[in-house]
Amino acid sequence: MNLKSALLGAAAAVALAPAAFAERGSDGQVSIVYWQAPSILNPFLSGGTKDVESASMIIEPLARYNEKGELVPWLVDEIPTVDNGGVSADLTSITWKITPGILWSDGSAFTSADVKFTYDYCTDPEGGCAQVTKFEGVTSVETPDDLTVVVTFGAPQPNPYGPFVGGESPILQAAQFADCMGAAASTCTEENFGPIGTGPFVVTEFRPNDVITMAANENYRDPAKPAFATVLFKGGGSAEDSGRAVMQTGEFDYGWNLQLAPDVIAEMAEGGKGTPIAGFGPLVERLMLNQTNPSPDLAEGVRATVAEPHPFLREPAVYKAMSMAIDRPLLVEVGYGQAGKVTCNWVPAPEAFNSTTMDCSTQDIAGANAMLDEAGFTDTDGDGVREVNGVPMRVLYQTSTNAVRQDFQALIKEWWSQIGIETELRNINASVFFGGDAGSPDTFQKFYADVQMYANTFNGTDPQSYLGNGLCDKAPRPDSQWQGENISRFCMPEFDAMHAELTKTAGIEARAAIATQLNDMFVQNGGMIPLVHRGRLSAHATSLGGVKLNVWDSELWNVADWYRID
Amino acid sequence: MLTFTIRRTILAIPTLLFISLAIFLLLQLAPGDPMAQVPLTVPAEVKQQMREALGLGAPWYVQYWKWLVQMFWIEPKVAIDALFGTSLYQDELRVISWQTRSPVMDIVMQRIPQTLWVVGVAYVVAIIIALPIGIYSAYRQYSMFDNAGTFFSMIGFSIPPYFTGPLLIVIFAVNMPQDSFWWFPSTYDTTHKVVDWDSFGVQVRQMFLPVMVLALQITAQLNRFMRSSVLDNLNQDYVRTARAKGLPERVVLLLHVLRNSMIPVVTVIALQIPNIFGGAIITEVIFKVNGIGQLLITALFANDLPMVMTLTFIFAALIVIFNIIADVLYGLLDPRIRYE
Amino acid sequence: MSDQTTEPRTAGATNNPLGALQDPTPDKPPRSQWLEVWDQLRKHKGALWGGFVLAFITLGVLIGPLIWQVDAQKLDIRSKDMRPIYVALWDSSAKTGWHRPLGTDNLGRDILANIIAGGRASMAVGWAAMLLTIFLGTFIGVTAGYFRRLDGVLMRLTDLFLSLPLLPLLLVAVTLFRQPLVSRFGPEGGMFILIVTIIGITSWMQTARIVRGEVLALKEREFVLAARSIGTQDGAIIRRHLLPNVISPIMVSATLGLAAAIITESALSFLGVGFPSDFPTWGKLLADAVPRMEKYPERVLLPGLMISLTVLSVNYLGDGLRDALDPRIRGR
Repeated sequence: MNLKSALLGAAAAVALAPAAFAERGSDGQVSIVYWQAPSILNPFLSGGTKDVESASMIIEPLARYNEKGELVPWLVDEIPTVDNGGVSADLTSITWKITPGILWSDGSAFTSADVKFTYDYCTDPEGGCAQVTKFEGVTSVETPDDLTVVVTFGAPQPNPYGPFVGGESPILQAAQFADCMGAAASTCTEENFGPIGTGPFVVTEFRPNDVITMAANENYRDPAKPAFATVLFKGGGSAEDSGRAVMQTGEFDYGWNLQLAPDVIAEMAEGGKGTPIAGFGPLVERLMLNQTNPSPDLAEGVRATVAEPHPFLREPAVYKAMSMAIDRPLLVEVGYGQAGKVTCNWVPAPEAFNSTTMDCSTQDIAGANAMLDEAGFTDTDGDGVREVNGVPMRVLYQTSTNAVRQDFQALIKEWWSQIGIETELRNINASVFFGGDAGSPDTFQKFYADVQMYANTFNGTDPQSYLGNGLCDKAPRPDSQWQGENISRFCMPEFDAMHAELTKTAGIEARAAIATQLNDMFVQNGGMIPLVHRGRLSAHATSLGGVKLNVWDSELWNVADWYRID
Repeated sequence: MLTFTIRRTILAIPTLLFISLAIFLLLQLAPGDPMAQVPLTVPAEVKQQMREALGLGAPWYVQYWKWLVQMFWIEPKVAIDALFGTSLYQDELRVISWQTRSPVMDIVMQRIPQTLWVVGVAYVVAIIIALPIGIYSAYRQYSMFDNAGTFFSMIGFSIPPYFTGPLLIVIFAVNMPQDSFWWFPSTYDTTHKVVDWDSFGVQVRQMFLPVMVLALQITAQLNRFMRSSVLDNLNQDYVRTARAKGLPERVVLLLHVLRNSMIPVVTVIALQIPNIFGGAIITEVIFKVNGIGQLLITALFANDLPMVMTLTFIFAALIVIFNIIADVLYGLLDPRIRYE
Repeated sequence: MSDQTTEPRTAGATNNPLGALQDPTPDKPPRSQWLEVWDQLRKHKGALWGGFVLAFITLGVLIGPLIWQVDAQKLDIRSKDMRPIYVALWDSSAKTGWHRPLGTDNLGRDILANIIAGGRASMAVGWAAMLLTIFLGTFIGVTAGYFRRLDGVLMRLTDLFLSLPLLPLLLVAVTLFRQPLVSRFGPEGGMFILIVTIIGITSWMQTARIVRGEVLALKEREFVLAARSIGTQDGAIIRRHLLPNVISPIMVSATLGLAAAIITESALSFLGVGFPSDFPTWGKLLADAVPRMEKYPERVLLPGLMISLTVLSVNYLGDGLRDALDPRIRGR
């Protein structure tokens, strides 16, 4: 062994020691690739995941969720609860105590005034703030002293951890954004591209939709962190290119959200330069069943509205058979691999909210056929398609354009054909499908199809407002410009009543009990067919340490703890 | 000739205005919503407020007029200020992108260098390769050289860049050992600055793969047009006359034939030059060059109308300008063409 | 400089595959002319080979489904990811089988059946869009080049179409016309018409510009002046003197246009505005297989080869036809 390799061995031994020994900026550069490029570093003006996550390296909330979905104090001493007196007994106010000594990256002190400013900034009616729901129900934010913030709600809040919690609700510096309130928000290019924050890094250059370069924050609260001196945050390309760049060519240390088929990921991982990691939030890929009739023969205005019920999708035998005919384990294997699990639930996570009532992990084509036969929905004219009261069971099945979704469409079409349902497939460009353009016939809100597939989730760990997506009055209608979250137009008075009860109930067990019942009620009555509980799959270089994939908050939540292994 | 040029230039102004209106109406008609990329967890009312903050509530002619004023009155002032250090610009609202809430022209200026480096160089490389090959192929029609040239250019043309791009990455970035001379990066670093020979070397290396993908396609196309045009002229009487006069083949080919066969080729090249600025969408995305092409496609997917509108308009203006240039060149290349 | 092309040539349209490019109202073609063209074409080896391969591919995709009766959309998840039979030559452990001679994809669909089905769609789109492109481009190019009064308007129209962004245009067309077309012609037929039209009307401009440039030069030539001086009508000058002389750039545009149409169609499917996902085309097969090209190279190579072969054969056939149609070359 010559001297050089001996030295290298020693260096490796040192680096393998806990990262706490590391010095700020001692590990050089970390490079991150997001195939959706960030366009702005002010999450209040964008709401896009790419923007929220890139900004989370710079600006931070008072508290955030860790990788297990638990609240952890971030810029405060502890999480306020009823027990420690931080939350008032009547659940109408919450008091945050800011950790003393936190500095902004420009050296000025972080105070409660900044927190209050953030509230004023986002709730300004002319600003168009994307995160305004975080402040829903807040009547005032007061600052008794520099380190205390009291948030008061208009009504009791069983879950008061909305404002200033999580990556979507970080704190902006009052001094920097004072002139950017309301309508002026759009003119503050410099501020929006380089917010001053409390996070581990500061922006050196921001090129919208291309690249961000960052340097370690000299005023970061932990003197040993971050381990990296600079960050190269590249945006653009595709999930496939990102996967290659991390796991095969080793040009990047971290690649975000690699939505690729499992065999493609596995092959890339053979490159040996990086490791895929998966984490599970409440994201569910599901089939929404239209409760209303989307037939093009109907006039605009009644088509796909509650005025015209669907001719057969409301029949219990039909939607149950459709669900039974699906081989979910195979879907997981084909589409998501380690980043997917079989689920029958609308809310599969957090664990306490996951209903265990239903089992749908085995395909049962024979059972599905028997169920349809029993209900009397048989093929009366011999064309291979069953009829329900004379209406043939032909469905239009639409989704957004995405390789995995198209594979799912092909498989499900095949299975449904075995139970006598004919399926026409359609895929629509995601920017049209998910766009809320009331003039387009192809949005998922308009739902001019019988069945559609997409994924949805909720922020944080409480599903109350997410479960509210099943309420009768949230159905998209022409008079609401087709806006509304109840995409399948599900309507059941019992469901509405039980959801009202949830909004009044406190205590995690009681809430979980009601939430699982709501979940079961929605799924068992044909609101949707859940398919796959989807995880987030990202990849990091084998030489990058400290990565903890977090699906409850920004993926880059603990970037301050990242370090170089070799 | 001069009057023709002047008249065409003046006529270009109403043409461009009409084109801008057509593009604007097209974009208005197109389905899509700038809020499509906002997660589903953000409720509809909030999205509506965000839309109104972007000025989407106004009727289309108000939006169009605002864009016209911003583009032709305010942006030129900013440009003049930047060039001559004057201070005409008085903080009026410029054309603002909906995605980034920053002036569109600033982003465009930021993107031009990498697009010129990659797409521009690819065109130069393609022209340098394609023209001689095309001429020689035509001169030796159906020779081995010609057949091979036809074969490769057709293959080059019929294989889409979304295949050649990943293929070259697999060969040169994944399977090639990283210390090899033939290893090339799969990602273009836009923050790289050329200051000396070493950094110029790095720049050449990071341009290598995208330029290869692009040049393959452009060469194939130009080569076909050049070959066919030379072939046409080789059979003309003036060639026979020139040969009969005893002129050396080199002179016949390079002086007589070449000049006459440049007409269709000049059209193709002139039509392609705006494409250089337009970037190459798929190639830019694959190699993360993030130039104008990538800017356009992300703006399209995000329904960032001011950005799409401005980019397409700049593109249209370039097309119109280069068409005028092509027409003028016709006249110079072929004195028989008369414009009155 | 004298001119030899004053001898009027005829260009018929009836039994000529490129009829759309030419004279729509031919005046009684003397048969001997066509025999001469055929004689010339037969001498052109490239053209014969090109024609042969093209005929083979066309027949293959047309009658292929009758011989290879496997449903392209039939999923067989247990025999997914099979390799083509030839892989067994060097890798005996590979998963191969004679019932799936070219292997299967990641959902177990038969690749041979998909190539055949994809070929039908791609060839149909390619030919239809190319013919539309050439027709529009030639018509507008000749009109603009010949009639000075129309030149300005038509060329500005060309500028307009050149600057229209394809993607929003498609989205508009899909929004406005998809429903009526689909209800009349079915999901595949409706999208076919829509896609062919969109590709056609967004790609004629280059042909038009080139043709116009040529016509501008040609119409000042002596033979055109001579024709005009004896009182030949404009229509006849265009048909007899101009069109035959611009056939060669049109041929090049046509061969490139066929390839471009096939590729544009695949890019559209790629972006989610094309055919339904269960309707294979060569371009889409190729695009879908790119992420797995290291492990299953045949899935990209086979459709890629089919596109290239088609384009190459059309190109050689086009070369031969051009030579055969050009009286200056013919008979030499």
